[in-house]
Amino acid sequence: MADKKKTDEVSGVETTGHSWDGIEELNNPLPRWWLWTLYMTIIWGIGYTIAYPAWPMVSGATQGLLGWSTRANVVRSIEEHEALNAGLVSQLVAVDMDALSDDTDLLRYAVARGSSVFKANCSQCHGSGAAGAKGYPNLLDNDWLWGGSLSEIAYSVRHGIRNDTDTDARFSQMPAFGEILEDADIDALVEQVLALSGQDHDQAAAARGAVLFEENCAACHGETGTGDRAQGAPNLADEIWLYGADRETLKTTISMARFGVMPAWGQRLNEPDIRAVAAFVHGLGGGENPAGLDPN
Amino acid sequence: MAFLDKHAILEKSPTLLLVASLLVVTVGGIVEIAPLFWLENTIEKVEGVRPYSPLELTGRDIYVREGCYVCHSQMIRPMRDEVERYGHYSLAAESMYDHPHQWGSKRTGPDIARVGGRYSDAWHVDHLSDPQSVVPESIMPKYAFLADTPLKSDYIQALLRTHRFVGVPYSDEMIELAPADLRAQADPDSDVDGVLERYPGAAVANFDGQPGLTEMDALIAYLQVLGTMVDFSTFTPDASR
Repeated sequence: MADKKKTDEVSGVETTGHSWDGIEELNNPLPRWWLWTLYMTIIWGIGYTIAYPAWPMVSGATQGLLGWSTRANVVRSIEEHEALNAGLVSQLVAVDMDALSDDTDLLRYAVARGSSVFKANCSQCHGSGAAGAKGYPNLLDNDWLWGGSLSEIAYSVRHGIRNDTDTDARFSQMPAFGEILEDADIDALVEQVLALSGQDHDQAAAARGAVLFEENCAACHGETGTGDRAQGAPNLADEIWLYGADRETLKTTISMARFGVMPAWGQRLNEPDIRAVAAFVHGLGGGENPAGLDPN
Repeated sequence: MAFLDKHAILEKSPTLLLVASLLVVTVGGIVEIAPLFWLENTIEKVEGVRPYSPLELTGRDIYVREGCYVCHSQMIRPMRDEVERYGHYSLAAESMYDHPHQWGSKRTGPDIARVGGRYSDAWHVDHLSDPQSVVPESIMPKYAFLADTPLKSDYIQALLRTHRFVGVPYSDEMIELAPADLRAQADPDSDVDGVLERYPGAAVANFDGQPGLTEMDALIAYLQVLGTMVDFSTFTPDASR
């Protein structure tokens, strides 16, 4: 070890002078370009930590000369994209919701924007195609629990339904009739509900159920079972069912009552998003005009 | 360059080489890790972040046990697409009582840092029991057994004590009342004032909609609190972070 440097006979390359058990090491220096690239990266690295936030100090880290900030960047990025549609966004926020369908250009923007909002926030319950699922209303049809005009849909989105977080949430609570009526009475009511919606039913039981319906259900669902949107009481006389119209499901619904909850999206989405998603849902097929008349 | 020729001394003594290597690695460790313990701005101070309630904490253990973190991250990054989809980017303070934290960026499922309050309890029951019943395109496995598994809460006080040991500020009162608080949070008919006083903003509900306390109750209680503690309408971000 530590012998003098000498030239290797076979390769003609100088050795490093190290010798381990007679094995020696050739001294092939690194290529200059490689070495200088290494030095450059070191210099660049120092510059980088000066330009950008890096070194931890006593009470905080160095902020960097360029003032780069992830948080500022994300805010700016969102603002830039909002600014691209600033004209339409300000119109959308200002417009009377029920007049939105008269402004074709604004409506087109709102529906496109609402489509994105729906996919990110609503599809998990109402389905990516908005056809709903058991317990989650179908938004494609024209059967509305709380109202199907643009402003009514926007209200439902903004405040939600039966949640604890928004005092303006739409609210109604059907009693659990399993605690009020006898089992046989509930069976009779089931037959009456089947009769109201035009399905096969036991006529004798339905006749008995009709009396019970009048006493217990008509106040909210109406005498003919057509429902009452002011109370969110579903129409029982059509063929559209949120939980199902077979005997077993109806019995569960009457006995236990249902209590579907929708979050208040006004606490999560911004104003243009709420209006946009209402326009999107309104345009899916069942949207009504303010008077509840046929839009055509 | 006589100094550089001295490397032979290190190379010929394994012990010396080991000690010197350790010293070099230590420098890197000190520079990268040590400042986190004294820099005041490591965890931004924000209002509202509280320790998990006993039921939420138990649900969190179920979350970890079932490996939910393998597919779901709990960290919304400060990027436009993430903020617009999931909500305000996550703050370090929001996971300061998480041991271990559930950060990540691999998302086989969506990020759930702000899933709290986003869906109804009933939706969570439907979704955990059979995800495809509400999201047909989902590839999430079914966790229906959680609703049939009674919640084991024998060690809830020990669990809180363990978390206090690693720095979560549970008070003696919280630990003492933990078994009662755990049951009360899943029973809206009980006296829940104490729970809400100790754990402000906790959701009180019969989460799984059936009598008895199950693992489903605990997990949903945990999911419903995620990302809801900080009121972002009063939060002013410090752009220098």
